Amino acid sequence: MQPAPLVSLAPRVRRLRLGKPARRFLQNRLAVVGAALLLVFSLLALFAPWISPYDPTQVFFTDLRSPPSAAHLFGTDELGRDILSRVLYGARVSLSAALVSVVGAFVVGTMLGLMAGYLRGWIDEVIMRVVDAMLALPFLVLAIALAAMLGPSLQNTMIAIAIVTTPAFARITRGEVLAQREREYVQAAQALGASDPRLVFRHLLPNISGALIVQTSLAIAAAVLAESSLSFLGLGVQPPAPSWGSMLNAARGFLADAPWMSIFPGLAIFLTVLAFNLVGDGLREAIDPRSR
Amino acid sequence: MIQFAVRRLLAALPTLFVVTVLVFGMVQLLPGDPARLLLGEEATPQAVTELRHSLGLDRPVPEQYVRWLMNIGRLDFGSSVKDNSSVLGLIADKLPTTIELALFAMLIAALIALPAGMISALKRDSWTDRALTLLALSGISLPNFFLGILLIYLFSIRLAWIPASGYVPFSQNPAKNLLLLLLPAVTLGVHSAAVLARYLRSSMLETLSQDYVRTAHAKGITWQQVVLKHGLRNALVPVITAFGLQLGGLLGGAVITEQIFSVPGFGRLLVDAVFTRDLPVIQGVVLVSAVAVFLVSFLVDLAYAAVDPRIRYH
Repeated sequence: MQPAPLVSLAPRVRRLRLGKPARRFLQNRLAVVGAALLLVFSLLALFAPWISPYDPTQVFFTDLRSPPSAAHLFGTDELGRDILSRVLYGARVSLSAALVSVVGAFVVGTMLGLMAGYLRGWIDEVIMRVVDAMLALPFLVLAIALAAMLGPSLQNTMIAIAIVTTPAFARITRGEVLAQREREYVQAAQALGASDPRLVFRHLLPNISGALIVQTSLAIAAAVLAESSLSFLGLGVQPPAPSWGSMLNAARGFLADAPWMSIFPGLAIFLTVLAFNLVGDGLREAIDPRSR
Repeated sequence: MIQFAVRRLLAALPTLFVVTVLVFGMVQLLPGDPARLLLGEEATPQAVTELRHSLGLDRPVPEQYVRWLMNIGRLDFGSSVKDNSSVLGLIADKLPTTIELALFAMLIAALIALPAGMISALKRDSWTDRALTLLALSGISLPNFFLGILLIYLFSIRLAWIPASGYVPFSQNPAKNLLLLLLPAVTLGVHSAAVLARYLRSSMLETLSQDYVRTAHAKGITWQQVVLKHGLRNALVPVITAFGLQLGGLLGGAVITEQIFSVPGFGRLLVDAVFTRDLPVIQGVVLVSAVAVFLVSFLVDLAYAAVDPRIRYH
């Protein structure tokens, strides 16, 4: 059996921080509303096949562009498809695309940031030059160009969003690592003979997790926006699969006589992004009270 | 000051160099052969080989990069695949429209953000502050294509005050030009307004808690004067930096906004190029937007250094 380490001089982040920030977060009404919204949206997306009244691609020829009614709560679109069902299924596309791309960006970006900040030297130089260059390119312009190069599809949208989201994670992680590595607990762990991976993953990573959690929720908000922007331009999910952005794009032509076609998918994007931003904002205030 | 400017420019060079590598490398992501893509599926292998040769695609990639970079250095961005017109000419043609749109949007953003951020800070934690915070977060979360559609529905379709699309050059008819750009500028500016209001609020709170503000109060200066002269003036410095950093976001937002309102700008150029797979144009647009972002952040740094001499000796 491995003997347990005698002392860990890392600040007791987990115990100390979980109590107070959690309470601060729960006292923030806007943040709690955001979290509740997120929970509802996730459940709706998860159970879409059971909740949605119709198949999202089912066509009702007799109900083209009909306004909201008891049969179709959100109305129907230009091909007579039920908008409520399409919004529910669209939630699966938007949320999963955003989650997958941000998880990818998180893993790659954090690894790059840890390497740059911990190893320093030429590795740091190379990584940070590329990160700076990517941050100089406008987020959406780069995402559009990448999606165009890779070809329009949901998978390529996710790759494009993951690529443009990565540098922010790398930069934040590096900054935090640089600030932490001079702290005494790191030196103490080093003196005790902790290996590099142990030092990085057991000591540094938990201590910078606060900043990363905040960045993750804000990045998901940005990713939902980016995914819907790309599919609005026709670069994302291809029809007939429903996505909020492409629904809005199709609805544009019928704005005068079928505004509901625009309003419901638009509201869905807005509320989802708002929920992630509210939670991100609440987390930042809870973890770093000075930011208020 | 000049020394600072030179130092700052030299520091940016390596990053700019990496930007060119990225923009060049982007095309290598393209599945398949650009020459085949240009000629279409039915092209004979011989034609493809010839085009590959004339485009230099049969050379090693590093050599292709050096040649491309040297052309860029001579301001030769290549020519559009669609009609062989010069990419630089296309960009120079469209960029002024987008710059005007962006400036207009910034003006609207400032007009909203200044009062909102100040009121929020002065009435900290009140209901007004909370409402403004929610409003700002809503502004950040509102996709600009949805906002644009809502504005068109309200002002162009319901009220029929402003046409939904169309563009008249400023030189031709200034009033019409501004009227037609009003909805796009609002669509583009709301996001920045929300971001800046948030910045101003926290910067203002920070400034108002400083000792010199308390001293000013103690000297018996009126509350308004303390807020405006001591508070706002100092609080604005970091906000101006944030203002400059909004440009990248504005360029991205302009792509969508120009698409919705049919404004013939830089963003439209990108979207059109994307759908015709006009690679030289896509590369040119991405490169020019990166340079624009650099230029603005450089100018912001200079302005910042002019205001605060400590930065020059950093």
